Order: sequence, then C-alpha cells, then structure tokens
Amino acid sequence: MTPPQGPAGEALLEITGLDVFYGDFQALFGVSMSVARGRVTALVGANGAGKTTLLRTIAGARAPASGAIRYAGRDITTIPPHRRISRGIALVPEGRKLFPSLTVEENIQVGAVAAASDAWPLQRIYDAFPMIASRRKQRASTLSGGEQQAVAIARALAAAPALLLLDEVSLGLAPRVVEELYQVLRGLRSAGTTLVIVEQDLYRAMEASDHLVCLLEGRVALAAAVATVTRDLVVAAYFGQERS
Amino acid sequence: MTWVNAVIQGVLLGGQYALIACGLSLAFGVMRIVNLAHGDLAICGAYLGLVLSSALGVPVWVTLPLLLPAAFVAGLALQVLLLGRALRHGVLAPVLVTFGLSVMIENLLQVAATSDPRGLNGGALTLASFTIGGLTVSWLFLAAFLTACAVLSGLQLALSRTSWGRQVRAIADDLDTARLVGINIRPVFATVAGIAVATAALAGVFIGTIGTFDPLAGTSTLIFAFEAVVIGGIGSLSGTLIGGVALGVTQVVVGEVNQAYAVLAVHLLFLTVLMVRPGGLFTGHQPAGEVRGQGALG
Repeated sequence: MTPPQGPAGEALLEITGLDVFYGDFQALFGVSMSVARGRVTALVGANGAGKTTLLRTIAGARAPASGAIRYAGRDITTIPPHRRISRGIALVPEGRKLFPSLTVEENIQVGAVAAASDAWPLQRIYDAFPMIASRRKQRASTLSGGEQQAVAIARALAAAPALLLLDEVSLGLAPRVVEELYQVLRGLRSAGTTLVIVEQDLYRAMEASDHLVCLLEGRVALAAAVATVTRDLVVAAYFGQERS
Repeated sequence: MTWVNAVIQGVLLGGQYALIACGLSLAFGVMRIVNLAHGDLAICGAYLGLVLSSALGVPVWVTLPLLLPAAFVAGLALQVLLLGRALRHGVLAPVLVTFGLSVMIENLLQVAATSDPRGLNGGALTLASFTIGGLTVSWLFLAAFLTACAVLSGLQLALSRTSWGRQVRAIADDLDTARLVGINIRPVFATVAGIAVATAALAGVFIGTIGTFDPLAGTSTLIFAFEAVVIGGIGSLSGTLIGGVALGVTQVVVGEVNQAYAVLAVHLLFLTVLMVRPGGLFTGHQPAGEVRGQGALG
C-alpha cells in the first residue's frame, strides 16, 4: 500500500474526543487535535500529561474507550498496529525499545515487515544515518544511547511512513547528538514527511515545529501555530496557570 | 571400552531428548507458553504414525510426508483455536489449558487405543547396526541423533537468516514493541506452534520405533524434554541439544553402574543445574519477564 498523497497543509490526521484508560485510571480526556500534512507538530506537556499515551493510541498500541482517529480521510480507530504501519503511520517509541538480541540491521529489517512502500531501502537509511552504517552487524544492545536512538528512528523509517511519531528522541542524549538527529528530522520534513514530536525541551520544540499542542493532565490546554504563540503563553498552558 | 560405549550411547539418546525439547523451548521462548501437553502431543504423533503405517502397510518413515504436515496443521489449529485465546487471559491461563489438554489427550488415547504398549514398524532400520572400533552402534539411534541435529540446525538457520526468524526473535525480545513496529503476531505464533507440534510428532515417531509407548507415556516424555530445555537455557536451541546430551550421557553412564539410579541421576543433574545456574548453562536470552516492554504514561 502506498502512503496517501495530497496537498500539504490539509489534515492528514484528525483526532476527536479521545478517552483512553489504563484500568480505572483515565489518561486522556476528550482529546481532539489535527495534524497538517507535511508539517511538524510538537506535542508538549509535563510528565504524565498523556503525550506518550496519545502517540501510542495513534500507533494502535492502546485502544481508546471512546473517540475517533481519522487518517488520510479514513477511520483507523480500531485497526491493529501492523495495518496502520502499512498505511504509513510509524512510531519511534519512548526509550527506543530496540530488540536487544537483534543486530542493528535486523532491527531495521524488522521495521520494514509491514512497510507502506519501498521508499526507504537499507542503503538510503544508512546514507541518512552514517553513524550507524558502520555498526550494522553489531547487536543493538552494544550501541551508545545516541546510536540506539538513531537505530530506533531508522527502524521507523524502514516502514516508509507518511506520518512519523517521535517520542522523546532527545532524552538523555548529548546536545551534539540531539542536533545530529534533528538534522535528519529537518531532512525528512523537507522530503514531505509529516512529523509529530514529543519533546521535553520547549525551546527546541518551538524551534523545530510549525504547530504546537500542549497537554495538561490528559486534556488539550493549548493548540496553536508556533508563529502565533509566545513562550510565556506555552509555559502557562504547560503548568496550567491562569493566563494574564 | 564400556565407558566409551556408554558415553556414545548417551550422546545418541540425548539427541532424542533434544528433538522432543526443541519445540517446547521454541514455544516458551517466543510465546511464553509452557506447553504441558507437549509430551502427549509427541505420543499422539507416535499413534498417528501407527495408524498410518498399519493402514498403508509401510514402515513409519514412509508416512512422514503425511504425518509431519498433519502435525504442523494440528499445531496451527491448536494455537489459533485454543492457546492464542488463552494467552489473552494472562500467564496462568495457558498453563491450565495445556494441563487440561494433557489430561484429555491421555484419556482419549486410552479410550481409543487401550492401555496396551505399542511399537512402530521401523522397517529394516530397527535392528540394523554397525561396528566401529569394537563398539556396536544402532543405525536407528544414530538416525535419531542426526535427525535431531538436522532439525535443530535447520531451525537455528531459519531463526537467524530469514525474515520469519527475525520476527520470531523480535517477539521473543519484546512482544509489545514487536507489535508496534508492524509484526503481525498471530501468524508468527501459529507457525511457531505448528513447528513445535511437528517436531514433537517426529520425536514421538522415534520414541515409538526405538521403544514402546502407551497413552500415558507423554508425561515422562515431557519431564525429560523440560529438563533438557532448562539445563540448556530457555530459548537457546544449541543449548537444548547440549542439555539433551547431558541428560542422555548421565542416564546411560550412571545406568552402567546401577540401572536403578539412572533416571534419578538425570533428575539430580537437573536440580543441580537449577540451583547453580537457574538461567541454564547456555542462556541466549535474559530470564523471562525482564525483557518485556511495558506501556508507559507520557
């Protein structure tokens, strides 16, 4: 299945009224948001605000109790993760979650089993991430944190996503490594990939994205174009303070 | 010379243990299912071989092209209809389901085939042997050992070289993430179960040709298989072969001293390994449970 095509700017992903529970604990309350095709959306919020839950629900790892997820004009709320991937949605999970006993190359190959297209063969991935090309035969568990994060992104890219969800890619990495990874993300964006990034660093999030959604205790506290908001406004939404 | 002979016979016997154990090891490593009916499924394979070879009037080897695919399909069906559903209800449910399955198989076999011990028609291979350096080696035992080696290395090759194998290993590492990166879990589980049952049935055919079997033989078969898996390290196929060989050699060598202690010695070896190295001697994977990813709140 080829990734959906369409003009940049129109909604690729539309989420309406999403309620998600872990047992009795409700993590998301009626979350609605829209992700524009070809743009970068930053998802920010404090720890426990529901960012990871939202990404995992979009990827199909969690089933919402109510609400709907529409992708490229079709309802995908109930379809399993492997079918979402073949339609072009890939997730780079929090904490990288590489398969430790597989080599770097095997991790990437596993990422391609339900690929939307063959737009990202191994060679193109290694060209984008020269730092892991020389490590391809090593077990993933032997790599440094930055290299592991690169492999995690590479594994998601192997699925040739039209919509790439990235959860905390810069967590625990040296600033130089983070800059290298963001360099790759900028390249993806200019190639037309739609990105949703969860990022702790508010400066970096605002600098790298076109649109910003702030979650507060499982609800959307702010959703706006980055150009139209000030950092103070985002901080107020982040901590749930009254806006002056 | 007696000791050299005992060690050789023990190694060959160990191959049989490894053959029955590899499916158990694979099913546990990938699906986290401890299949308590694994030994009974092997004995079912022996009975199926009996039915086919007497119906067709041929040695049981000739029926393998029918028997093994049938066992594979039975494994697929078992996974899709029973074990896959049980897995959705936590870790205890599959254990209870396979225990119930074991009881059912043993009783149904008694009803259908009576408790009489049976043997399989192995043709000319059954009694053939050759002498090398003063030692007599049974062709049948050697065939069982070589078959075990071929099956285990074939499986190892498939696991390390094919896309299916990569998916199996990714699932064994981290089921949640495997699902998230696009692996369709159900067909992978079904093929693993199919292979487990087919290898068990093949082992059952050797058990039935080398010795005799009855409807209750599955339980003791399971215990030996289980011990081979634990000694070798769960999820490690080469470990399983070495575990099986360790059991076989212990059994035959101790039996050379006193036959009454042979099986006891095997169980003592198992308990010793379990105490000293609970992860097994050749662990390729971390202990179960520690590698599974958990969903986190963001």
